[in-house]
Amino acid sequence: MKMGKKTGEQTFQFANPPVIIATGTVAGPFEGQGPLAEEFDLVLGDLHNGENSFERAERSMLVQACRLALDHASRGSAEVDLFLAGDLLNQIISSSFTAATLSIPYLGIYGACSTVAEGLTLASMILDGGFAGAILVATSSHNATAERQYRYPTEYGGQRRPYQQWTVTGAAAALLGYTGHGPRVTAATVGKVVDMGCKDPLNLGAAMAPAAAETIACHFQDTGWDPDSFDLILTGDLGEIGFKLCRELLAEKDIHLGENFSDCGLLIYDREKQDVHAGASGCATAGLVAFGRLFRQFQRGELTRVLLVATGALHSPTSFLQGENIPCIAHAVRIEA
Amino acid sequence: MDWQTYLFAFLVGGGICFLCQLILDLTKLTLGYLLTGLTVLGGILGGLGLYDPLIKLAGGGATMPIISFGNSLAKGAIAEAEKTGVLGVLTGMFELTSTGITAAIIFSFLMALVTRPKG
Amino acid sequence: MPAKKLNPKQAAYQKKVKKYEPKPNALRNAFFAFVSGGVVCLLGQALTDFFGAVMDLPPEKAANPAVASMIFIGALLTALGLFDRIAKFAGAGLAVPVTGFANSMVSAALEFREEGLILGVGAKLFSLAGSVITFGVVTAFIVGLLHAILPGG
Repeated sequence: MKMGKKTGEQTFQFANPPVIIATGTVAGPFEGQGPLAEEFDLVLGDLHNGENSFERAERSMLVQACRLALDHASRGSAEVDLFLAGDLLNQIISSSFTAATLSIPYLGIYGACSTVAEGLTLASMILDGGFAGAILVATSSHNATAERQYRYPTEYGGQRRPYQQWTVTGAAAALLGYTGHGPRVTAATVGKVVDMGCKDPLNLGAAMAPAAAETIACHFQDTGWDPDSFDLILTGDLGEIGFKLCRELLAEKDIHLGENFSDCGLLIYDREKQDVHAGASGCATAGLVAFGRLFRQFQRGELTRVLLVATGALHSPTSFLQGENIPCIAHAVRIEA
Repeated sequence: MDWQTYLFAFLVGGGICFLCQLILDLTKLTLGYLLTGLTVLGGILGGLGLYDPLIKLAGGGATMPIISFGNSLAKGAIAEAEKTGVLGVLTGMFELTSTGITAAIIFSFLMALVTRPKG
Repeated sequence: MPAKKLNPKQAAYQKKVKKYEPKPNALRNAFFAFVSGGVVCLLGQALTDFFGAVMDLPPEKAANPAVASMIFIGALLTALGLFDRIAKFAGAGLAVPVTGFANSMVSAALEFREEGLILGVGAKLFSLAGSVITFGVVTAFIVGLLHAILPGG
């Protein structure tokens, strides 16, 4: 079926591009020692954030990020029509408990680390479709909760592999509106699930790189834009290995990305001083960079066109143990000043 | 007790860890697989009576690595089987290893009561 | 685990991944493991001698309290949040001796404390160490049985 707002294979263009009105970001203590510390609203002093479990700590960060976004827009939660959120924990409990606290009509979403792009895409469609006037989009991850769920207890003394990434502790939220001032989401490319036979859950960057490459190539093909149309093309959390692989895969499709190509996973930490191996991962990686740094850069007028390509590995500990490959996805959203 | 035992404890214990680290780094085997494999190896060596000479030589260098756990399980089972027959395999299994297992359970439980993970 | 065959496109990509995967500095890591593992075992030997002298035990009996002490040290380091930091450098040197066995149990106990003493700590204590015990017992069972059945032991 050919619809007015869909162009090409997988891309949707918004007739009335929704506005990112305000954002809220909360980063963990380790992330606060990284080069982007200045770009976050709040840096925690303690991984527990005053709670008695890491799961509750993640939840409290997400609530804080949402409240910050609402405060920055001077709105109460009653003025928000929908809350779209997702995280990494089983049954997305961080998001659902946060939704209970905020008491905003809620749609839980799961896209692993691609959640921020999935949320922006869905929110933009709903706003552009005229179903809502204001939507809060949020995501979170916590190093200790993710490590425990996907790998080992936090105090387990196994060594990390050099291609492993470090799960970001943080939460990010953005308030999108039908009207207002701020950068706009003008188009979104929804990715297909890609399985390139990767099984190693310690090298997720490599598993996700093909999905990112497919989605980026598809966005260019669908829209007729090219890499030079953007100030910045930013993948989610590919990390060093995935980022190199993605560049190579795109070069094979004759898409050559230059200096304006980067990865959120390479930006959050100072990889010389902070021992995080291949870079950052987790839902909050793209969330913190997009709603922390990019949003501020748009406000300062430093950016005009950005393609944010958040990537997610959609496996579960069970699927991995049963020998399944790691299915991956990437969604792209075009944000313009 | 003499200085040679200490030298061999260091060399043999260190040597075992050296080889294990190489296995971890050069293959995709994770720690869980490695430790399980070492215990099985210990059980087999114990069955063949090959691990005790190493303990005699290197003392702590052989009793501290997890291989010793497999060895002790096997030795306990064999010793009791020799005394009381086939049923001894069941009754003697934890004869020599109960210290380690009990200590690990008790300490784990106590630590969980008084502290929480630091992250 | 059903090993699904890779299609040619997937196989080609896996080759590419191998190319970019950085290798650990195996010799340096192995050296650290050698030194730290040696020190742990040296300490174990010293404790064995200590208990042997104090409690007047033969070496094979004195190893028991020594093992228990090393388990306590591993447990304490884990509870203090130091074990994973040291293990980052020591690797197998700390993981292969009984200190690692203690770490796998205490880290699980701490991690699941929030899920209660019964279903958290009690049930999940052996979530990592369980396979060591299971496979150790299965091996020892077979070995013991062979000894009991085969003539001459």
